[in-house]
Amino acid sequence: MTCAEAAPVCLADMAALGTGPVIEFRDVSFALPGVQVLSGLNLEVRRGETLVLLGRSGSGKTTTLKLVNRLASPTAGEVRVNSERNDAVDVIRLRRGIGYVIQEVGLFPHFTVERNIGLVPKIEGWPDERIGARVEALLQMVGLPSEMRSRYPHQLSGGQRQRVGVARGLAADPSILLMDEPFGALDPLTRDDLQREFLALQQRLRKTVIFVTHDLREALRLGTRIALMEAGRLVTVLSPAEFLRSTDPWAAAYVRAFGEDAGPTANRGLS
Amino acid sequence: MNVFQFVWQNPDQVSRLTLEHLWLVGVSTLLAALVGIPLGIGISHFPRLNKPVLASANIIQTIPSLALFGFLLPVPWLGERADRLAILALTLYALLPIVRNTYTGIRGVDPAVVEAGRGMGLTDLQLLFQVELPLAMSVILSGVRVALVISVGLATIAAAIGAGGLGEFIFRGLAMVNNGLILAGAIPAAMLALLADLGVGWVERRLKPR
Repeated sequence: MTCAEAAPVCLADMAALGTGPVIEFRDVSFALPGVQVLSGLNLEVRRGETLVLLGRSGSGKTTTLKLVNRLASPTAGEVRVNSERNDAVDVIRLRRGIGYVIQEVGLFPHFTVERNIGLVPKIEGWPDERIGARVEALLQMVGLPSEMRSRYPHQLSGGQRQRVGVARGLAADPSILLMDEPFGALDPLTRDDLQREFLALQQRLRKTVIFVTHDLREALRLGTRIALMEAGRLVTVLSPAEFLRSTDPWAAAYVRAFGEDAGPTANRGLS
Repeated sequence: MNVFQFVWQNPDQVSRLTLEHLWLVGVSTLLAALVGIPLGIGISHFPRLNKPVLASANIIQTIPSLALFGFLLPVPWLGERADRLAILALTLYALLPIVRNTYTGIRGVDPAVVEAGRGMGLTDLQLLFQVELPLAMSVILSGVRVALVISVGLATIAAAIGAGGLGEFIFRGLAMVNNGLILAGAIPAAMLALLADLGVGWVERRLKPR
């Protein structure tokens, strides 16, 4: 990919910001008793990109995500975050520096929106008025009115809850964001809104994002690159445009499964 | 003798025994909560301990109360005072519902919520106090509620070893074949049980996560 065809910001510009990958998997394997979940994973995530992990259920994409913030530990190999082995740093520090967004169920049901969003800043010891201001700014950023702050998660719609989830992930301004099928449980229209807003947000914030999905259309739209996984192995890493043209049998099978109309949604803004 | 007449004519005695009863039940349930809730938290985080702990609590529950009072009688420091002994026995009985409900309550917290908290960098203690315990609180409290109601009833038997409480009327009434006297113990005990149930129920609703 060259920058010529790209819109406002392009990855070549981003390379100037930092050298080396932000997240790096080196020969990583992960096994549970009797099940090999991941084998021989080598993958680099570059600064400011949205790397989509695409694959069917059980292909190991969620596990890959959890290896980054050490919700899972590799049985072989190593994971590096900001060039440091992630098991060499304090796990609590590591996690607080990485935003984590999962499906809507991850919100604390007994906390108001404000407390949910302000949780990490709070445990990081920010003064209250700074947390208040941050929550206000984040609500605006994710398109929620500020009256929402005193609501409880069950009083919100699915789309609103997911917006709160994104805001919570961004609360302490982490440079890395892990997103595990964050829009998976939403209706198509709301998902479309949130995807559009995610793109706009990512244009501004330039976080390093790993985004797990099984939806090819979502992958093509949001991803800078798409890492296709199957049965615990990384099949290939391709840009959205390459993915559509790929002759790789798994990639081609995916494109076929989603039909011809997958094309027009491909991410042109970021690739 | 009519039960109401009796209560009317002996207000000091009735209130003294009611207070003794409350003391036995209150202290034992408090102790059981102080031991049982941490124990329940412990076994919910170390699943290997849950079977032995719950089994022991279950076995204690199956010992007939009179027999348990009897077993504890020869224990040195305890045997000296009947109320100590009664409190220990009642505490043991109250353990099972409290331990089991704490365990069930914490295991019942949505794993996705716990994982989200862990992923955001909450320490184990923060996770426990900010997420697990608040979300398990209503189940834990209903365990305390069951323990309280059981204790109010069981504590009447403590009178058999001289620990006092409303059971004294009941035993005296039994000995004298006086139904009025039995009721003078049984009715206030039943009322205490109801009040305890309502009281904890009220606390439960106040603390319930919306």
